[in-house]
Formats: sequence, C-alpha cells, structure tokens
Amino acid sequence: MATGTWQAVEGLELVCPAGTPSALREAVEAGAHSVYCGFRDETNARNFPGLNFSPAELKAAVAYAHERGARVLVAINTFAQAGCTDLWKRAVDEAVAAGADALILADPGVLAHAARTYPEMRLHLSVQASASSPEAIRLHVEEFGVKRVVLPRVLTLPEIAALNAEIDCETEVFVYGGLCVMAEGRCLLSSYATGKSPNMNGVCSPPSHVAYREEADGSLVSRLGAFTINRFGPEEKAGYPTLCKGRFEVAGRPLYVFEEPTSLNAVSLLKALMKAGVTALKIEGRQRSRAYVRQVVSTFRAAVEALRKGQDPALDADLASMSEGARQTQGVYRKTWR
Amino acid sequence: MEISLGPVLFNWPAETWRDFHFRMADEADVDVVHLGEVVCAKRAPFFAPYLPGVAERLVAAGKRVVFSTLALVMNRQDRQLVAAVCAMAEEGAEVEVNDLSAMVHLKGKGFAVGPFVNVYNELTVDWLAGKGAGRICLPPELDGPRITLLAAAMRDAGVVPEVLVFGRMPLALSARCYHARAHDLPKDGCQFVCGQDADGLDLFTMDGEPFLAVNGIQTLSHACLNLAAEVPALKAAGIGMIRLSPQAACDMVQVAAIFRALADAHIAPEEAHARLEALGLPFPFANGYWHGQPGAARISPAAGGRSGS
Repeated sequence: MATGTWQAVEGLELVCPAGTPSALREAVEAGAHSVYCGFRDETNARNFPGLNFSPAELKAAVAYAHERGARVLVAINTFAQAGCTDLWKRAVDEAVAAGADALILADPGVLAHAARTYPEMRLHLSVQASASSPEAIRLHVEEFGVKRVVLPRVLTLPEIAALNAEIDCETEVFVYGGLCVMAEGRCLLSSYATGKSPNMNGVCSPPSHVAYREEADGSLVSRLGAFTINRFGPEEKAGYPTLCKGRFEVAGRPLYVFEEPTSLNAVSLLKALMKAGVTALKIEGRQRSRAYVRQVVSTFRAAVEALRKGQDPALDADLASMSEGARQTQGVYRKTWR
Repeated sequence: MEISLGPVLFNWPAETWRDFHFRMADEADVDVVHLGEVVCAKRAPFFAPYLPGVAERLVAAGKRVVFSTLALVMNRQDRQLVAAVCAMAEEGAEVEVNDLSAMVHLKGKGFAVGPFVNVYNELTVDWLAGKGAGRICLPPELDGPRITLLAAAMRDAGVVPEVLVFGRMPLALSARCYHARAHDLPKDGCQFVCGQDADGLDLFTMDGEPFLAVNGIQTLSHACLNLAAEVPALKAAGIGMIRLSPQAACDMVQVAAIFRALADAHIAPEEAHARLEALGLPFPFANGYWHGQPGAARISPAAGGRSGS
C-alpha cells in the first residue's frame, strides 16, 4: 500500500485524466505527476461506455505509475445511492487494495465510511462536493481528514488566493478542458431532461438520450430527451447537446444563456495560480483521446517545469485545437466571466 | 404528515415578501414556514428589516419558523450572511442548512437540512443525524423507491423525512448570474433585474418550447412540481413533511388548503389535482422524478400507478 508515502511535488503538481489504462500510460509518459481514474460503474462521474478500469486493471496501472514515480488517485466521486451503498463501499475497498495513493470522494456518507474504515488512506475532496468556502473545506477536514480539495469552478483568482490563506488543506484547480458552468455536484438539469444525472448515475446529457433532426431548410437540430438544445445552420458545425452549452431564447432573443461551447484553458494563469497558493493543477478529459492527453499533459508539464525554474512558461497555441468547439475561455478565474 | 412552506426563492419586493408572509400567517394552514435568502446574498438586506416582524406574526399564528441559509456560498458577503443566520441558533432559533459549510456554525445544535444538500443514501443520513440534523428535505431528482428507502433510514435515525411536492423545481446553481447575463449586465452591476420576474424568467428552446426558468444564479424547471397524486404513497413511505415552494402566480393559501385536505385524506388525489388545475398556473405540472422519469415528465395517475415504477 502506498499510504504514508505521499511526498509533495516541488512546484505545481500536475494531475491528469486517465480514462483508460492506455490513456493512463500516455499521461504518465507525457509527464503527469499524478493521474486520476475511476471504476467501470456509476461510482465515478464519468460513467460512459468504453471508459474506466476494472480492479485488476487498476492494480496494474498503479504498479506501472509507481515504477515511474507517478501517483494514482481513484475517483469514487458520485453520490452513493439509497439501497446500494455496498457498491461504493466495495469501490473504496478495491481502490485501497489496488494500492491507490488517494481516493477522490464527494459523498459525505462515503467520506465518513472511508475515513472510519481506512484511517491511513489519503482522501481528496472532489469538485462534486462543491466546497467553495473556507468553512466548507474546514468541515471536510475536521470530519473526514481530507488532505486536498478540488475547488469548484466558481471562484476567481483573488478568491482562491484569499481561500488558501484561510485553510489548512491543499487545493487543486482545473486548468484545462471541459467547463461545467453550474456548481459541480449541484446540477439536476440533465435529469430534468433525461432522468439521468451526474449525482445519481455519473453521467450528464447522456448519449442514450441524444438525437439529431434535420430540418427541411437544411438546418440541424440537436435534442436531449424531449428538448431542443441547439439549432445549427447548414454551414455551422453541429455540437453535442450538452444541456448547459445549448442555445435558448430568453428575454426575447436567442442566446447561449449558460455558456458558449468553449472549454477552459488557464495556461496563461499558471503563475498567478501558483502565487495564489494552489498546490495542484487538474486537467479534465477522461473522455478525450490519447492524442489529447499527450498534447495537453506535455504542454502543461513543460509550463510547470519552466515555472519551477523561475522562468515564464511559453504559451502553446496548439492547445486551442484540442478545445471543445475550438474556443477557449479562462472561465471564472477572471471575474468578468460572472 | 405536516406541511411546510419553503423559503421564497425569488426576488420579490420587500413589502410584497412581507405581506405574503403576513397573509400566510393569518390564513394558510401550514405547520412550518421557512424564511431567508437562499439564492443571492445581495437580496437579503432588502427584506431583512421585515424579518423579525414576519417571524413574530407567524409564531403568534401557531406556525414554526425556520431560518434558511444560502445554497451556494462563495464570497465574504455570502459567508457573513450564513454566519449571521446561524448565530440565531444561539437564541434557540431553528436554522436550515442548504450548504454543508453552515454546519461549522451549528455545532451542538439541532438543524434542518434543505433540498440543496446532497442526501442520496443511508450513510449520509446517518452522518447528518449524528451531527444534529432533525429533518432532511430530499433532493427533488430522487425517485419513489429511493425516497422510500431514505425515509426508512431517516426514521430509524430519528430524522423527519421531508419531500418537496409543489413549486418550480430548483435544478442548478452557478457562480454566474443568468438573469444579469440575459439582460447583458455584469453580475456586479446587475441592477437587481431578477426582481422583474416574480416566478423566474422563462427560458425557451429554439423550437419555442418552454424549458427552464432563470432566477439570478439559479436555474429552475419551467414546469411546476405537483406530487398531489403521490401524497398517499408519500404517507405510506413515512414522509413526515411535505414542502410547498412559493410561487407568485397562484394563491399559496389555496395550494396549502388543497394539500392539507389531501394529507388529511379529506379529498382524493383526483379532486386535489382538479383544484390545483383550477388555479390556472401559467406553467404545466410535472411529477416525472418520483416515477424515475425525466423531471419534466408528467405521469398521469392511471398510467403511472402508485409509487416505485
């Protein structure tokens, strides 16, 4: 077991997505300090076909990562469901048995169980726990001994700096990838339209409920459940109908009310994040390709190394092509996003 | 089975907010009334002057008052508001937690848990009960079978199970203010445009179908939750309290009377439904979540049967 062997990384720690065993190897080779992954069921928030690990695959992945000085964090970050909490308890057992370096949890009940059953196991608080204030973080530290919190994407840079000054816990922030515009772990939009949600099923806007409809005028309509999420002209590139990235009519005009189809790229903010006291940078993308993982991880690792040496990281324009919709934002880190 | 009135989620003019609660005190047959700002701390100063008077009038009328706290806590103003409301617990007031962070201010005190806290399983119920939770209002997306299991766990733990049964459903919260965004304003210069929409700002799909409603940083369902047909099943499942979320477009005194008659089995669900329809709400009813369907769905009693489909 890896417990008790956690050593801080010098400089910013890079935490990278491992959607599959081969993506995990890709991430480690590209320079990830830590990788995060989940089991092949609804115990994690990327419960999509073709993704994730069996217990045996996890064990092999941990061995692989440890040989190369990298760590494996296992996300068991959905909310355990009434009547089948054993599934989540088993996931905790399997992750510990496989030698995971930390568990990423959100559900208070699962946190209580893990803290009680494996007091030596390092626990990280998932973004799904929506711990957006010093008090929320303090509660989870006092109750469950969490050592790190992944900050919800609701705080600006100055707010993050202020928060780090007030807490005794490491922070990890998203710097690249798909952007959740709603407070994570607190969004029922998907289940309103489809009956499936991140909290209950580990999915959002699931493919099972997606349909496209071609109109007589050549436009394409994307639908989720019983609702039209967007409408694309014949020349427009059709996107996936993630609910919050849809276009709707409000106050009399069509608008990307919640968010344009962009994704987060905070590569230019790394120095500021470091100054704000952040411990680790998280890259989103367990559903993305190995090429994405290779490109994004190596770019960020190079940037982090430059910072560690006191240099300014070179900004890589190639990251833009990896973004959803090929458009990027610095998201809420800049106050103007609100 | 008791009836509660949820906190007003919308930015009503302070006098409207006050007079609404005065009338609820005088005329509504509810047991518990929640007061407090749940969505945006910037709104709280407006009705704060009327809070003590409203609370007094409700208590004098035999209602129990519970002070609700913010659901999404991000900045200093949010945190101060939560701390201030929780401080009232020192004087014996009951406080509703809508974000776990409030619990740090309530050590050694009992408290209620609102529908914005993620209570999905028995382990979480036990943990909250151990920390002093006396009542938990469950998240709206749960289905009948899960609600039934959780209600049993809550009763075992000495916690009153509560379920939202009426009102536009709270679906999401964000750092971003969608009301301001819809009006092309920044959050910091929002001019309180959310005050223009007493039941939320309607949002339509590009097909022109009503879909959601915007209320400041909150997104709500377009449809109004209506679990009148499910009240017998809720009772059978041991639900101790049903919550009505105030909407401006209908007479909440009448809504309360209908649910009271239903809870006391003086009228049948079909009759309750007919009376609720007769209120002429500008948005349709929905009960999909209880039936394990999309929340927007409306399952008729004949088609859906009782609980646990």
